[in-house]
Amino acid sequence: MGNLLYNYEEATALILFSIGFVTLLFHRNMIRKLIGMNIMDSGIYLFLASMGYIYDRRAPIVEGGDTNPVNYINPVPASLVLTGIVVSVSVTAVMLSLAVRLYERYHTLNLDEIYAMSRRRAEHR
Amino acid sequence: MSFIENLPFLSVVLFLFAAVVCSVLKPKAARIFTTAVEAVVIAFSVATLLYTRGTGTFFRYNMGHFDAPWSNQLRAGVLDALAAFTFSSVLLLSHIGGIRYAKIDIEPKKQNSYCTLLNLIGAALMALSYTNDLFTGYVFLEILTLSSCGILVIRRQGRTTLSAARYMVINLLGSGLFLLGVSLFYGTTGHLLMEYIKTGVETLDATGEYQIPLTVTIGLVSSGLAIKAGLFPFHTWMPDTYGTATPTSSAVLSGIVSKGYIFLLIKIMYRVAGTGTVAMTAARHILYVFGMAGIIMGSFWAIKSKYLNRMIAYSSAAQIGYIFVGIGLGGEAGFRAAMFQLIAHAFTKPLLFLAGARLSESSGDSLLFSDLQGAAHRNRAAGAAFAVGAFSMVGIPTLAGFSTKLYFAVAAIEHGTLVDFATLGVLAVSTLLNALYFMRTVIRIYTPSPAPTPLPTFEPSPDKSDPGLVCAVGFAAGILFLGLFPGTVSSLIISGLSMFG
Repeated sequence: MGNLLYNYEEATALILFSIGFVTLLFHRNMIRKLIGMNIMDSGIYLFLASMGYIYDRRAPIVEGGDTNPVNYINPVPASLVLTGIVVSVSVTAVMLSLAVRLYERYHTLNLDEIYAMSRRRAEHR
Repeated sequence: MSFIENLPFLSVVLFLFAAVVCSVLKPKAARIFTTAVEAVVIAFSVATLLYTRGTGTFFRYNMGHFDAPWSNQLRAGVLDALAAFTFSSVLLLSHIGGIRYAKIDIEPKKQNSYCTLLNLIGAALMALSYTNDLFTGYVFLEILTLSSCGILVIRRQGRTTLSAARYMVINLLGSGLFLLGVSLFYGTTGHLLMEYIKTGVETLDATGEYQIPLTVTIGLVSSGLAIKAGLFPFHTWMPDTYGTATPTSSAVLSGIVSKGYIFLLIKIMYRVAGTGTVAMTAARHILYVFGMAGIIMGSFWAIKSKYLNRMIAYSSAAQIGYIFVGIGLGGEAGFRAAMFQLIAHAFTKPLLFLAGARLSESSGDSLLFSDLQGAAHRNRAAGAAFAVGAFSMVGIPTLAGFSTKLYFAVAAIEHGTLVDFATLGVLAVSTLLNALYFMRTVIRIYTPSPAPTPLPTFEPSPDKSDPGLVCAVGFAAGILFLGLFPGTVSSLIISGLSMFG
């Protein structure tokens, strides 16, 4: 329990990841699934960012000719988060475009209903 | 540094460049350009394969101006080059084999975009084959997922959008688990380059520290990639996805996209986690169990299918199960069987999809088995191609499937334990089930139709040229080579595995 409180950022990140994962897996609504995916990814980014942060150190921008790495936090996780955000935005855009198309064709965003409608229409291919 | 050491990097960049260029070309020019690029990348892969085989070792290619562990790095050995060759060859053959249908299924103004997406898939697969950086692996996994969704949804008919949505949801779950696993690897070892992570993992394994986090990390990475590859019970998207896409997309998705994920998993097992570590052994055992279940259940659903495309898709779930059983068996024999199956299935399944599309076309565009009776007489070339693919899946000698099953049997009897006998039993049952549904299909398409041949309702392509025969000959040659000369490919795999870790 003490470890959990000490590592509260990582614990929060994993809780967020779990919430997002379950939402993406079990919710039937496309938009809610999408929100779940973003929460899941945000959890991972929080996890990465918290790993890179070192207490009492500065952002990794060289100021006043100070090139001693001991004075700065680790910049690598921040760059990973930035890359991850770009991926996340792209996936969100694709998923939103799929949601628009599904709504145009079936007039609902509930995947169970869409699946039932598709079966009724005998769309086997 | 030899010029050949630039080829892995150029393979990735050439595909990326082609993707950009195709977005502004006219459809015909885009198709020709993409085909040319695919052919060039095949040549690059062959050159890399021969070079690494000749030198007997791998080489690293640093990107940027920093040395390891700060740089992003590619690494090419025999196995990486063999995977790149398989992916690029199957991509080329599937592309030209399905052009006839792509012209009809895809709106004319989007046909160049289709080439863009195929090039992006090529770039992602080349990057997954050669990368030595775990986070680069993640980025290209996502590029592969997004472009795969694109080639699926570009056919705006039937339930493709629904299939794409289901495909994306399952894939995003896998990606989330994989990314969390990569983050934990970085948190535990402080590195992203595979070999440096492995050094950290081996130290932890020797000292017994952080065993639970390590097991969780390896479990996350393995399950993420297994979900993306469609291992049972996460295969439910397969019949819809493979069954509704335009034939080239079905061929590419089933033949090489799922294999890209599995190849990365094998690479991580060798180069990051180490196949013998305690945590990795646990993960392999779990994959083995699900692989066994997938082999039986995939075949069971394939038998129950009423439509040809769904049967081939469910058969993929069973074949993916084989690969995971090979990984689960472990050791050199197990991984050799898994890699051989990866290559054999990459050549066989696209042939079945592309031949199946032509059989359906000759049967009034119907995929129902009852309508396909006599289809092989209406389109003899497609019938013969389908028969070659089906016989290979069953495991008839001289074809790829036979060699695969032989290597699995060798891997299974290596230790002589109860588990190994269970594997042999499942292998035997699976062969029977495969024979049941594939031979049934072959007999049906070769049985003359009692009724008059139905009139095709399928609108023929305005362009009469169909390179389908070239594609069928290419795939059949691959299947025959794997069946007649398995020792050559096996020695390449063994030599590749020895320089893979």
